[in-house]
Amino acid sequence: MQTIVVEGQKYDNFSMMEINKEETGDNPIQKSSTFTRRKLLLGGAATAAVVLVKSSFGKMVQTAVPENIYIPADPTKIPGPPSGTLGTRSPFENPLKKSSATSSRTPLQDLYGTITPADLHYERNHAGVPAIDPNKYELLIHGMVEKPLVFTLADLKRFPAFSRICFLECSGNFRTGKEEMTPQEICGLTSQSEWTGVLLSTLFKEVGIKPKASWFLAEGSDAAVMTRSIPLKKGLEEGMIVYAQNGEAIRPEQGYPARLFLPGWEGNTSVKWIRRIELSDQPFMTREETSKYTETIKDGKVRQFSFDMDARSIITYPAYPVQVQKGWIEIRGIAWSGRGKIVKVEISTDAGKSWLPARLQGPILDKAHTYFRHLWEWRGGETELLSRAIDETGYTQPTMGQLINARGNDMGGYHLNPITAWRIKRDGTVLFKPENKS
Amino acid sequence: MTGDTKYLEVHWWQVNIKKLKSKLVITVAVLFILFNVVGCIGQNEKAKLSSSINTDTEPGNALDQTDWPEKLKIGRIASPAEIAAKDIDVRPDGTGLPPGSGTAIDGKAIYLVKCASCHGQTGIEGPENQLVLSPKAQATGKKQKDSKVIGNYWPYATTLYDYINRAMPFNAPGSLTSVEVYNLTAYLLYANKIIKEGQLITAKSLPLIEMPAKNKFVADDRRGGAEIR
Ligand code: HEC
Repeated sequence: MQTIVVEGQKYDNFSMMEINKEETGDNPIQKSSTFTRRKLLLGGAATAAVVLVKSSFGKMVQTAVPENIYIPADPTKIPGPPSGTLGTRSPFENPLKKSSATSSRTPLQDLYGTITPADLHYERNHAGVPAIDPNKYELLIHGMVEKPLVFTLADLKRFPAFSRICFLECSGNFRTGKEEMTPQEICGLTSQSEWTGVLLSTLFKEVGIKPKASWFLAEGSDAAVMTRSIPLKKGLEEGMIVYAQNGEAIRPEQGYPARLFLPGWEGNTSVKWIRRIELSDQPFMTREETSKYTETIKDGKVRQFSFDMDARSIITYPAYPVQVQKGWIEIRGIAWSGRGKIVKVEISTDAGKSWLPARLQGPILDKAHTYFRHLWEWRGGETELLSRAIDETGYTQPTMGQLINARGNDMGGYHLNPITAWRIKRDGTVLFKPENKS
Repeated sequence: MTGDTKYLEVHWWQVNIKKLKSKLVITVAVLFILFNVVGCIGQNEKAKLSSSINTDTEPGNALDQTDWPEKLKIGRIASPAEIAAKDIDVRPDGTGLPPGSGTAIDGKAIYLVKCASCHGQTGIEGPENQLVLSPKAQATGKKQKDSKVIGNYWPYATTLYDYINRAMPFNAPGSLTSVEVYNLTAYLLYANKIIKEGQLITAKSLPLIEMPAKNKFVADDRRGGAEIR
């Protein structure tokens, strides 16, 4: 039976009777049992109905709301359900990843800050998400080491821990092609978490790295047995084996029970479900660093070991599919760089003719999503909104044209970070301005 | 401190007024200096502390390890047998290749049974990744034209052995014997016109095969800064 009641618009007699009983019930035991039932209804609804709700930005949108939710006309007149063992999103909030067989994208347009809720973190895998028993998990470190060692998950957690807030981005994070594209569809393969684990330098000290070692192989325990060669220098400087994400155990989709994490580098190098590290004096030339994750540039050349994620930004509001109204609009978005901190984000509200600095939300962290905002009055004319990120190396996010100039018409699909433009139409609709590679 | 306190241990019977006066001046002066030095130390400590509370995550100052022991003695030693069982990777110089050999003829037979359903009868048709470059297909469709396959894009032949061995067939990874992998490697190299049909592929010969795409590969020259690359 459908029992949605939104602001008194829609009633179901049976459920109202039940609720009324609750309201009048003066027996505390009876009260708590009915509360439990109501809580179950809130959390366990399997079906959904569509109602009109106000979106976060004031636009009426259709939102799927689970059935059997009682929304009182006045929440001050009835106590809500008691506290529980696991939190839930409001049934009115329904942010979802957009998924294909091998990846799923973070709904950037639904987020308000820099931390991605763990269940909305993007995914990219090459043979599915493996199920791994943490009690059987082991990480082997061998090769050019003094003492090859095996660490259990408990071992990893015994080492001095370290936490760091960083973005993680797939180097294939660019889509274009049509006007009806959301930030999620254009570049939803970037997410940010607080990562906790043990520094690779700590583990490497324990095994003792031989002086001639210069690379290491990282191998996952998924069905792709994912492998990447990583320069030892990066591992020693800021590599981590992480077992936690945003304060809880890392999610299976992100590498449970443990993954490699290399701040600022293309996501594929941060090998998930890591089971083995082998030190060597040369790269291993795995399929993922030869056939894939390499990009054609000019003169038929192929760029290899292109690890760093260059600076990028995207306006996440206003962006397709919202429709704006005349007046003051706060332009919002995120900017990030794999080479360090964001020092500036510039906004253009006139299709790139002039640029103004956006306000950056602190703290600005190294290799992290940085939130930017810019207040702008839209008077109703057609225009284009653009943002460009500038990082501490002095790099300015390029246009697609600049990328093509630098890499040629046959440039590959990895490491594309062009400025994204949003067209504001006279009726307030916001459309992506697709720019094609060639 | 002991050197300073002797000024304070002045007994009244040891001094006349004049002397007492000068001692008093000295005492006050010393106390004043002491107070200031201690005060300064306090301030310095504060400054030091706040600079050591470095919540930043710049590379290099991530964790202060100066007070750590040389080894934390966590983890167990891996046995050579255990390492050998887990160490499946194959390097460009052939390190990691098991004994064995294969030919394109034997490889084709295995390919048709275990691979063709996903990669096509000749490795061109798909539906999954195109493995073989077809000059005829090049002319007909954009997808084919753009395809990066073993014959025009893979820089090392050893990668083929390593990848098939670890990840293929996609629906049963890790199920092939080393002889099967050698045969399939030989077949895919032959189909891409890199070796002759009868050529035997072994642990010795595989790393010596020159791949057509090898000299296309260049190091990443992006460095940050003003230039777009
Ligand atoms: C069930 C379908 C399936 C079967 C069967 C299969 N493959 Fe694959 N193969 C795939 C998929 C999917 C990929 C791409 C995986 C990825 O991108 O991570 C792939 C990728 C490859 C690649 C790498 C292609 C590239 O461009 O990088 C090679 C080589 C390969 N397969 C060889 C084989 C061989 C040899 C067999 C037979 C033993 C085989 N495959 C059987 C689905 C299959």
